[in-house]
Amino acid sequence: MTTATTPTAPVVGAVGTAHTRVEGRDKVTGAARYAAEIPFAELAHGWLVVSTVTRGRIRSIDAAPVLAMPGVLTVLHHGNAQPLETQYTGPMGAPDPTLQIFQHDRVPHAGWPVALVVAETSEQAREAAESLVVEYDLEPHDVAFADGHPGTYVPESTPRAAAERTKGDLAAELDASAVVVDAEYTTPEEHHHPMEPHAATAYWDSGRLEVVDTNQGSIYVAQELAQLFSLDASAVRVRSEHVGGGFGAKGTRAHQVAAAMAATVLHRPVRVVLTRRQMFSLIGYRSPTAQRVRLGADADGRLRALHHQGLNQTSTVYEFVERSADVARAMYDADAHHTVNRVVRLDVPSPTYMRAPGEAPGSFALECALDELAERCGVDPIVLRARNEPAVGPVSGLPYSSRKLLDCFEVGAGRFGWAERDPRPGLRRDGRWLLGTGTAAASFPTLAGPSTAAVTAEADGTFTVRITAADVGTGARTALTLVAADALEVSPDRVTVRIGDSDFGQAMLAGGSAGTRSWSWAVTLAAHDLREQLALGGHVPPEGITARSDTTAAIGALPPRERHAYGAQFAEVAVDVTTGEVRVRRMLGVFAAGRIVNPLTARNQFVGGMIWGLSMALHEEAVRDGATGTHVAPDLAGYHVAANADVPLVEADWVDDPDDEDPVGIKGIGEVGIVGAAAAIANAVWHATGVRHRHLPIRPDRVLAPWDEALPRPSEDRD
Amino acid sequence: MREFDYRRASDVPGAVALLGAEPEAHYLGGGTNLVDLMKSGVERPALLVDVRELPLDRIEVTDDGGLHVGATVTNSDLAAHPEVRRRYPALTQAVLAGASGQLRNMATVGGNLLQRTRCAYFTDVSKPCNKRVPGSGCPAIAGEHHNHAILGASPHCVAVHPSDMGVALTAFDAVVHYVTAEGPHEVPLAEFYLPVGATPHRETALPAGALITGITLPPAPDAAASCYRKVRERASYAFAIGSVAAALDVRDGTVRAARLAFGAVASRPWRAHAAERALIGGPATAEAFAAAADAELAAAEPLPGNAYKVTLIRNLVVAVLTELAAECRRTEEATR
Repeated sequence: MTTATTPTAPVVGAVGTAHTRVEGRDKVTGAARYAAEIPFAELAHGWLVVSTVTRGRIRSIDAAPVLAMPGVLTVLHHGNAQPLETQYTGPMGAPDPTLQIFQHDRVPHAGWPVALVVAETSEQAREAAESLVVEYDLEPHDVAFADGHPGTYVPESTPRAAAERTKGDLAAELDASAVVVDAEYTTPEEHHHPMEPHAATAYWDSGRLEVVDTNQGSIYVAQELAQLFSLDASAVRVRSEHVGGGFGAKGTRAHQVAAAMAATVLHRPVRVVLTRRQMFSLIGYRSPTAQRVRLGADADGRLRALHHQGLNQTSTVYEFVERSADVARAMYDADAHHTVNRVVRLDVPSPTYMRAPGEAPGSFALECALDELAERCGVDPIVLRARNEPAVGPVSGLPYSSRKLLDCFEVGAGRFGWAERDPRPGLRRDGRWLLGTGTAAASFPTLAGPSTAAVTAEADGTFTVRITAADVGTGARTALTLVAADALEVSPDRVTVRIGDSDFGQAMLAGGSAGTRSWSWAVTLAAHDLREQLALGGHVPPEGITARSDTTAAIGALPPRERHAYGAQFAEVAVDVTTGEVRVRRMLGVFAAGRIVNPLTARNQFVGGMIWGLSMALHEEAVRDGATGTHVAPDLAGYHVAANADVPLVEADWVDDPDDEDPVGIKGIGEVGIVGAAAAIANAVWHATGVRHRHLPIRPDRVLAPWDEALPRPSEDRD
Repeated sequence: MREFDYRRASDVPGAVALLGAEPEAHYLGGGTNLVDLMKSGVERPALLVDVRELPLDRIEVTDDGGLHVGATVTNSDLAAHPEVRRRYPALTQAVLAGASGQLRNMATVGGNLLQRTRCAYFTDVSKPCNKRVPGSGCPAIAGEHHNHAILGASPHCVAVHPSDMGVALTAFDAVVHYVTAEGPHEVPLAEFYLPVGATPHRETALPAGALITGITLPPAPDAAASCYRKVRERASYAFAIGSVAAALDVRDGTVRAARLAFGAVASRPWRAHAAERALIGGPATAEAFAAAADAELAAAEPLPGNAYKVTLIRNLVVAVLTELAAECRRTEEATR
């Protein structure tokens, strides 16, 4: 039987209206299954054993006693594991050697995978793994990150990412400046821990490696595994239907590789789930940064010189650059402009992308320095930013696709009540609390990645979209439903969006704030094509009519431009300097971030980012023990994130800013919400107390002043 | 995690007998600390004797006007009890300052006293710790110790006791009741925790196999003006980096009675006897409060990373006593 698809009355305008998540009911009722919850017959459980030492060689692994323990099936390690391909360029470039597990006896950092114990039950595997005796030959380690480390170097630039950009004569412009701010800022090692830990089940089915996973891009994981195991790309399938958070941490990691290895050896499905403690060393993190910002300005605050120098740590086996200095290249012009990202290799796990990589720590330093400059010049911080608003990219000279930063400040200042603010610090008191307000700018690049999509007109009058997208909690599945509905001119309830399956083909991962933009682009093109096919009339066969798209050419044809989302962050804080406690009383963020597809989930994204910025400002910090080089308290009891009681009224809103290059007008909203938030809070703490805090987090012991000296002074540096 | 047996005791002698029959057994109260320690491998019991069903869940006024609190009373019930709120407000405040609502619903009074330090070296079996493995060393002293002890520590251990409740109980002179196979016993909370010395693994005066059955709080007529202030690194759900339980009785500007205890500064809730002596009979002024704090903190031996605690505790003492003195003044004026 075939059914004619008669176009119904066009339902235009799903995009931009509030829709609850299409899978929301499944999630809140528990019907949605996450990777580690999906049942398999004959499932075996793998438990990783990670190094407890920081640097050295594995001398011995005594597997025999463990193999005799109840339920234990095998112990994989460098003495018996299958060789993996090591020389290849994967979808994310050269692979982090942390994926090449069990290939040698070297331990380059604490928490390095040294063995996998597989047993019938998870409990048996864990007990056996914790009983496995591994002996090491220790070597001296260096985990001490600090500016001035002799191993500091400037990494090689890539065509898309220059390590260093210079314009003008920095020394001369600094000399000619009426006011100079020269300050050092640090941010600590920070971790992105999704509520759902990393988990993968691997099994072989008719000669294909199947992996049920939780990730930010199933096609990326599939391609990486195919390379590692020397398989045809078509011989690996990765699925990831629901993802309990990603934040940059959920790419290809040791657990998927270990599960695949064990499934190959045991000829049965094997699941590997990481523990929180393992996640601190195996999933990546945000490197600590040490940054120096020098701003030289005329007396009215116009910038003559801007120097932003960043430093981050990376592992000895993989180079990751936390691009803290990049944000200045897009934000503010100066006659002399010098930005450089530098790296030092230490005996630490490899850092990675973590929400707003580069911009999050970079904006803390730059936006605090601007606040210091505003104070020195006696200029309102918002006026200072307006005075330095560039017409074109400060370093690139390229036009902006759109830049509504000042619109954000104008709307935000009105709503926040900025006009009534007395700029002098340390004047406002509410009982034991000193009160202050602060602001900062936000920006994040607008990117798009080539993607393919398929849209099918089904015989029953509904439509099915297939794309290897990932909904990491952002509401991407819902957004794509709305985008597809508008492109097809049907009601969203007639559209089913299927994602998270590498068999759906190449598509951008959920990262770089570019997922929804990239996928929507592909879905829209395919939907338009499908409508043209349907417009020819005729019947829809039982298998439906499918149109496919590939945005590679369209994205490749985009002219060079400065493309960014923007925002203005505001915060009010209360500080008790006699106890060191800092409480944020309210936050407001106003963003210009392209067309907003779904106001409900978009607000969620912005507010979530701002809360993370609060957490970054006041709480988050991973600590290493110098003697062993290992983490101290690597769990969510020791690594504090903001609790509900820390989070006050947080409001996010946006100004109209459709992107005219994107078929839906999207820019991307995933990361800009955290950018500038920590700086706004630090600037508010100064306004409350008169003390500049340049080192995150702003902990009680850093704020605390002796009782007899607790009254604020006009301005003070507290390094 | 080691496989273990689980038995639920229905009466106190039965619980003691069950535990006595198995050398590697633990009592299980709310499990809010013990289960974590089992997951991390710090505790590997062969048997858990669940004592939550024991008839020790009552809070009763004693004949002398004090309060008896059964060992299995939950933190939530203790904090909410009208007699606790009325007679020992600092205790209610201390309990509510701890953990989260869910944890307080599970956690018990007896278990609270026996919870272990949250020192990150103690809870990580890959690292040395004299408390966990006697003689293995204390890496916190040269390592990460920003929330470690400034009072009463030793070169063998600088861990702090994490309890909020215990700080208030210490200020109120609580007495711990326990039973062994030989019968019931009691010990003042002030003597319950042993000095650290060279034996940080020996934490309490409880004999092996003893079961805490409850605590008594003596009457404290001066305690109505009492409070608990806790400072932590986030607004909720974090252990203290410094806390103060205080009770004050001020008449005509002179301190008649004072109770003061500190949290997160020592291996046990720290009763500030020197400060109390300095306060009593003196003026109720900020200067006098600061001098009293200094009298106690003169014994402090901070490490490089936790010297801030001396300032923090001094500030807290002044702030809390200033508040309580104002409360006493208001009461005095109201009764005149």
